[in-house]
Amino acid sequence: MMMESKDRESTGSSSILERIKKNSLVQGWLVLILALFFGSALASVQLSLGPKIEMNKLNETLDKVPELVLGASQLDEMEAKNQKLDIEPMTVNVDKNNKKVSYNVYKTTYNGKIIGWVVKTKGQGYAGNIELLVGLDSGIESITGLFILDQKETPGLGNKIVTEKWRKQFINKPTKNQLIVVKDGADALNEIDAITGATISSRSVSNILNIAITDLKGQLISG
Amino acid sequence: MADQPTATERFIQGILPENPVYRQMLGLCPVLAITNNMKAAITMAASVTFVLFCANVVTSLIRNLLKPHLRIVVFTLTIATFVTIADRLLAAYLYQMSKTLGPYIPLIIVNCIIICRCEVCASKQSIFIAGSDALGQSLGFALALSSIAAVREILGTGMFFELRVLPAAWPDWVIMALPPGAFLTFGVMLAAVNWISSKKEKN
Repeated sequence: MMMESKDRESTGSSSILERIKKNSLVQGWLVLILALFFGSALASVQLSLGPKIEMNKLNETLDKVPELVLGASQLDEMEAKNQKLDIEPMTVNVDKNNKKVSYNVYKTTYNGKIIGWVVKTKGQGYAGNIELLVGLDSGIESITGLFILDQKETPGLGNKIVTEKWRKQFINKPTKNQLIVVKDGADALNEIDAITGATISSRSVSNILNIAITDLKGQLISG
Repeated sequence: MADQPTATERFIQGILPENPVYRQMLGLCPVLAITNNMKAAITMAASVTFVLFCANVVTSLIRNLLKPHLRIVVFTLTIATFVTIADRLLAAYLYQMSKTLGPYIPLIIVNCIIICRCEVCASKQSIFIAGSDALGQSLGFALALSSIAAVREILGTGMFFELRVLPAAWPDWVIMALPPGAFLTFGVMLAAVNWISSKKEKN
């Protein structure tokens, strides 16, 4: 009897050791330690680079604002004189059919006088969203510039919306009438030439602009 | 474990004889997706080089601690860490490029080339050999990416590194810049590589 119980004891202790060895936490100690180590390494990378990445995102917009409001030639003139516009980012909420739409708007002033506005807006393109910046004069009477921030249009066709050649036809368009995209040469004041083979992309950009301008027209002047 | 290749052999094999793209047919997602211009292709190749080198060195360092049934988890963990670092670095210092490459940088995590090199070489050989293996394979990958990107950018837009090389009268073959162009170019290049190597074998 005594022998038997001793045997049982010894198998019992070795099976505990076996169980510990087979425990998934013990098996995976290397994975756990590496996860901890890599996790903290990534946290420090994020801590050191995060602010810079945020700045990049903001600067991408802020860099464009003066040119969109003034146009390239006048901007050069101002820079030559060492004058700088003040840019004040703000959010404008618009009530539209009981739905709240908010716009990021950059108010640009010089010596306290409003020079113009830059509106960040986006909408559906031919493939994915098109995100853009549009410059408007102080009274929202005409467009002063257009810049495409992000787009996924067809390379070689629709992505020509980013070219300066196409964008610059928007400059000085009055906001009184909606912009219309035409295929056979724009001549009326509110007409825009479509890009060959990319009518939908061209139309998307004009529609995004039309919507933003109608939404904000009253808001920005009264505000 | 006898007859493991030496560092020099590993390095040379990666460039052409065991080219990851043309010979092993691995990591084809970036090969097809981001080769419509040279700049994107070079940035992608550089990111893969960074990740592959670091992952190989770390794997080689801990190779004696690896348990067979947990090794893939360790590889993936290591690779994911370095990919995330590469992604953040690009977003901080090459912001426009990081926007162009979009999801394809994070997708390096599932790039088979890297997990294959960890498995085949780094988990069995010393740090020095693993490092030179990583450099060889990366060079092979960069060669493959840039050869396809060169063809596609020149035919698709008439430009090379965004500089015009074909006369302005060149009618851009838009299809080369689009996804079908990637498949066409890759197919033709692969056929050419196979044709050359079969000719070499006969001689």
